[in-house]
Amino acid sequence: MRPPTPSQTVGPFFGYALPFAEGGELVPSGHPGAITVHGVVYDGAGQPIPDALLEFWQADSAGGLDGGPGSMRRDPVTGTFAGRSGVGFTGFGRVATDADGHWTIRTLTPGPAAPGTLPYISVCVFARGLLHHLYTRVYLEDAAGDPLLDSLDADRRATLVARPEPHATYRFDIHLQGSEETVFLEFG
Amino acid sequence: MSTTPPTPEPQAVIDAEMARIQTDADKALADGGQEELQPRRDYPPYRSSDLRHPKRPLVAAREAFTELRGPVFGVTDVTELDSDLTRQHHGEPLGERIVVTGRVLDRDGRPVRGQLVEIWQANAAGRYAHKRDQHPAPLDPNFTGTGRCLTDDEGRYTFTSIKPGAYPWRNHQNAWRPAHIHFSLFGTAFTQRLVTQLYFPGDPLLAYDPIFNSITDERARQRLSAVYDHDLSSPEWSLGYRWDIVLDGPSATWMEEGR
Ligand SMILES: [Fe+2]
Repeated sequence: MRPPTPSQTVGPFFGYALPFAEGGELVPSGHPGAITVHGVVYDGAGQPIPDALLEFWQADSAGGLDGGPGSMRRDPVTGTFAGRSGVGFTGFGRVATDADGHWTIRTLTPGPAAPGTLPYISVCVFARGLLHHLYTRVYLEDAAGDPLLDSLDADRRATLVARPEPHATYRFDIHLQGSEETVFLEFG
Repeated sequence: MSTTPPTPEPQAVIDAEMARIQTDADKALADGGQEELQPRRDYPPYRSSDLRHPKRPLVAAREAFTELRGPVFGVTDVTELDSDLTRQHHGEPLGERIVVTGRVLDRDGRPVRGQLVEIWQANAAGRYAHKRDQHPAPLDPNFTGTGRCLTDDEGRYTFTSIKPGAYPWRNHQNAWRPAHIHFSLFGTAFTQRLVTQLYFPGDPLLAYDPIFNSITDERARQRLSAVYDHDLSSPEWSLGYRWDIVLDGPSATWMEEGR
């Protein structure tokens, strides 16, 4: 196997390059199936991180993982981002945290991607100060039978389950470090 | 929340910390330890890594159907001009015109086709077109410094740009980042996601930089260095650099074949 190209931090200046129009609007607001997922990214001192970048990848509501192009549609006339078409579901979102470390996405409840697992939204975390990105998952509900959740202690497990709020909204905070440190994943 | 900023530490303090970590890493490798292919998330000489790395071990995700697939992009997501950073304004940017090209491969050496590559960089004077960059170097009205393209059927990407300048940062006193281009890449699986930085061969600032040296394996560090390729240079036009990229992490196809 070839050795991989190493990672480096996303640094402080990604904000004019990577975020794009409607990056967090995987579905248009007002979509009948839309849910809102939001939260804050914290550092090990419990301070919000205002320069993190989060990416989201998920199955569609039927559990399909084919995704689709068009997350970052470009306007060929002006050379700027045109926004999503509002038709189809790409399964991909990207948002930067705001000055309060807060982020929001509007999306569909993912369907189960495989039998014997609970549906979840995969999250990739980048930040200034973070030399190699981290993966975690947003589970919208907890239940027995998910191989990852069932491998965790109760307090660790709880870090992966979003808290329901009114109006089809879920709260999911990410702690890079500390007593409430989020479970981060490795693959393969 | 705001406190009096501490007196900046001199480069010598950072150098001594980096040297100690490097000596320990070299010894661990010589004693039969595993190659460290990635940077350490906990790398004290890079001060802002201190509170921004998890202290608990990563958890193996045994079933990862979602992460073994990934987002797809297409011709609607990129315009042709996006890969030429010297043609995004009315005039030509100042600086040394360069072409950077290479192939994106997975760990089995297979090309990653039709996937999105994004870059961003400082201008020739070392200034980003970002409000938060307060380095008192000139902005260039003809240079934004962002680009994107899709890889071709051989996994190849190509950008035309100008060579970025080094710039100061506040990790310690007299801290300067070596010239670099930020790269963001997607593979066929979300597990293969990569954000990294391309460096230029022979840059004297590399030895002083805690971000670069957070990769403690010398061979792994070399993988971030582009190679000057005279055959890629164009007469009376631009200098050429080659940089091939290998994405880490399994993909759905890799897992199936690996079973
Ligand atoms: Fe940079």
